[in-house]
Amino acid sequence: MCLAIPMKIIQIDGVQAVAEVDGVSRQVRLDLLPGVGLGDYVLIHAGLAIAKVDAVYAEETLSLLRSLADEVY
Amino acid sequence: MKYIDEFRNKDLVQGIIRRLGDLAAPALIMEVCGTHTMAAARFGLKSLLPAPVQLVSGPGCPVCVTDQYDLDKFLALGEQPHTVLASFGDMLRVPGSHTSLEKQRAQGADVRFVYAPLDAVDWARREPDKQVVFFGVGFETTMPTTALAVKTAAAAVLDNFTLFCVHKTMPGALGALLAGGEVKVSGLLLPGHVTTIIGSQAYEFIPREFGVSCAVTGFEPLDMLLGVEAILRQLRGGRPRVDNVYRRAVQVQANPRARALLDEVFQPSDALWRGLGVIPGSGVKIRGDYAKFDAQARFAPILAQVPPPPPSACRCGEVLRGVLHPQDCPLFDKACNPSQPLGPCMVSSEGACAAAYRYER
Repeated sequence: MCLAIPMKIIQIDGVQAVAEVDGVSRQVRLDLLPGVGLGDYVLIHAGLAIAKVDAVYAEETLSLLRSLADEVY
Repeated sequence: MKYIDEFRNKDLVQGIIRRLGDLAAPALIMEVCGTHTMAAARFGLKSLLPAPVQLVSGPGCPVCVTDQYDLDKFLALGEQPHTVLASFGDMLRVPGSHTSLEKQRAQGADVRFVYAPLDAVDWARREPDKQVVFFGVGFETTMPTTALAVKTAAAAVLDNFTLFCVHKTMPGALGALLAGGEVKVSGLLLPGHVTTIIGSQAYEFIPREFGVSCAVTGFEPLDMLLGVEAILRQLRGGRPRVDNVYRRAVQVQANPRARALLDEVFQPSDALWRGLGVIPGSGVKIRGDYAKFDAQARFAPILAQVPPPPPSACRCGEVLRGVLHPQDCPLFDKACNPSQPLGPCMVSSEGACAAAYRYER
């Protein structure tokens, strides 16, 4: 039940917004995340954005994973 | 899909699996969250881990830990006239002692499922002749969505919307589980989405008081493997702490807006968990200002007549405490299966028994 899907914000009107993933769009609420802007990715759970996905940290994690995959054994 | 596909990359999985091989040591790691249980089963993670590292499911499937008596009481309201039982779809087939939402719907009760709890408030607004009761199941991830529904109903001055609140909070339950000492875990994969709301600092007491290593973990295969790696590294170093391997979504502090919303609508209370019993301070109830939206209070005379559940052979409680593996339950794949589930762990999409039945038989 704690599933949350990363979706891209494509419309904002106050705390109401529309988020999109794979061509599917949903009405979502931004009450918990002031400062979210168009194009940001947020985690959506039961119609509510619960966290902004931080692109810098996402890339940092992927870099770490790539460095592990590139290690020569 | 962005932020999903990258974290399922097979080449990157190979790299971290090699690292886990280097770090491998005997370790029993509990994946606390039901969403983790399902992801681990679906992606076959258990078979990828080095042999001495074992995963065990914990009490983090909200559907599963909902007590039978609470469910029976909610279901009893479906027999009232002009009443809409509103719920997340996850509850549809969970068996109560005598019926389920699915059976009640087949018998003509007005049972409806929401995408968001605010949907139930809309139904109440549009149908003033109906009483809409929403079953508030879920951990901290979900609580802000129902708090928002209660606030919205209050702002609209609705007198036909109530919340049947059985929400539960994660840190208290983990403390009780570890204090019980029944299952000897060396590490916990902590629920990433709960932690977006409460912050990773909420778990600092676990390494301090119980010496158990923790990693706040996301839900894609690479996230979960990173969580296992963080715990193995802590075990090797002998210094348990709370690592956060889901930094793209989780911060140390609680989300201040979520905290304020939850504190406005709810207050801490004791909660009854299937398998764990009553855990002090591990739930919430609706705060005084919003008391008129509390279904347990509004319908108290009806609920008082619901008898306690009869004894059952179901052993979901032990599964939820991590002391019984689904396959070791004598009912598994015999009296209890997904088409005839005896307990919630077999029917919930995130239940440990459902995951074991579907992916690990």
